[in-house]
Amino acid sequence: MSELPDIDDIDPIALAGTRAKGKRPYFFKDPDVERVLSIAMVIAMEHAVTRQRLDALERLIESKGVATRAELDAFQPDAAAEAERTTWMQEYVARVLRIVQQETEALESGAKEPPMADLIAQMRDE
Amino acid sequence: MSQQALPPSWQHVGRHDVFPSSGHDDTARFDFLANLNGYLATRLSPKVRVAYDKRVKPAFEAAQGRAPETRHEVRKAMVGDPIYQTWSALRRSSMEMRQQAGRGLVLRQLAPLVEKARELNEGSPNLQLDPSVKVPRHVSAVDIHCMPGGYHTELVKDDISAGANYDAGIFATTGGMLGRFNDGGGQALAQWLKQEHPDFKPRRILDLGCTVGHNVVPLAQAFPDAEVIAVDVSAPMLRYGHARARSMGVDNLLFRQADAESLDYPDGHFDLISTAMFWHESSARSMPRTLQEVHRLLADGGLSANLEQPQYHGMDPYEAFVRDWDAYNNNEPFWSVMHEYDLRAMMAAAGFDDSRYFETTVAGVVDRSIFPEASNDGEDYGRAALWTMFGAWK
Repeated sequence: MSELPDIDDIDPIALAGTRAKGKRPYFFKDPDVERVLSIAMVIAMEHAVTRQRLDALERLIESKGVATRAELDAFQPDAAAEAERTTWMQEYVARVLRIVQQETEALESGAKEPPMADLIAQMRDE
Repeated sequence: MSQQALPPSWQHVGRHDVFPSSGHDDTARFDFLANLNGYLATRLSPKVRVAYDKRVKPAFEAAQGRAPETRHEVRKAMVGDPIYQTWSALRRSSMEMRQQAGRGLVLRQLAPLVEKARELNEGSPNLQLDPSVKVPRHVSAVDIHCMPGGYHTELVKDDISAGANYDAGIFATTGGMLGRFNDGGGQALAQWLKQEHPDFKPRRILDLGCTVGHNVVPLAQAFPDAEVIAVDVSAPMLRYGHARARSMGVDNLLFRQADAESLDYPDGHFDLISTAMFWHESSARSMPRTLQEVHRLLADGGLSANLEQPQYHGMDPYEAFVRDWDAYNNNEPFWSVMHEYDLRAMMAAAGFDDSRYFETTVAGVVDRSIFPEASNDGEDYGRAALWTMFGAWK
């Protein structure tokens, strides 16, 4: 059995987007369409997440009477805040481009995966 | 159009000591996915049927002079339809997004999660791992339901990430239909036993393919005096499952790494052997062998009870085709084959008396103050909490 990596040496962002073993089905005539759709859906999700966060924030701010819209527009993060925001952006980009990561992983592994119909036939006999 | 109940927010998910901690955005991400899944199941899925009725089936009939007779004919005819393509591409994408969201949540806090599980598991007689257990090919051939690494892959020493990701995400995938602790299946079986067989008091219970133990914990709770054993081949699931059960105060439940095809308990050792969504992730060779083992391990008067998706017999070919979607597109390679079987005949071949076979339908048991009623209108062909329960008394 090969040695497992130390817990501090794993890359949570890349691993979160790892592809699942098994030939990925593409449904459209042109796989480019599917790639773009998949990316667009994640953007839709992350947009919804941001919208929810903004909604929560605005409700809190409003209920506590602590800030105005003008102050929000003028906000400038300090160095620590900027670093945190940049890390978030990195994770965001990796999420949005997950399908590209998975396609390149499939290419790199070089393994030929049989069509699911072949596997189903094999499972019938195993 | 009927008014669908709103899916509960992921903030209501059941939390225990090894459940990953989450922030606002994790909740919002799962909430988006639950609502996207709901949209695909209740809004778009009926339109796929319309596309079939209005153009795919007529085109097939024009070419063949008859209607499609099998789910395979329906599938081949549907492949080129743009609404089917869009619905399918969105479903596949949604599943991949769910996996990434769950893994992102778990892996960024893996060190403290592994540590918490270690504390709960260390020295416990109720967790027995056996590294010599081989992961069978039907578990490892593909990553089942697109969960990267499947049930079994360990990323680090003492890994529990597969279990934590599985536990965190089902609530969103099912729109809360399995309840706060995703245990609606186990609760349904416990409730059925209490209502239909109030005198049945199993002393020893075995659950096969337990994963994180979400469906066996309700049995251990319903029969607190019983000795309950849950087996699985996957160490990350068992480590997580044991820590989860322990933090829920369940101490009559032993998690064991073992292959259900061959267990080292004596003949007639168990009074109840349960499974939940287990057989469709097995294989054509494994399933009859395991059923024989179930028969061997049951005491006279004992019960084999199995929750599964409905079989395809007598089903409209279109509905069978839709239910078959997961086999081809969500990495469930045995799903299609298993749902063809004559289960009564299989149980009989394993040694069960044909006259003691039973089949019924049960719905997930969940807290109605938070969760919507499982409804036929919301049927998601594989994810909604309406199951076939089959089995036999020995």
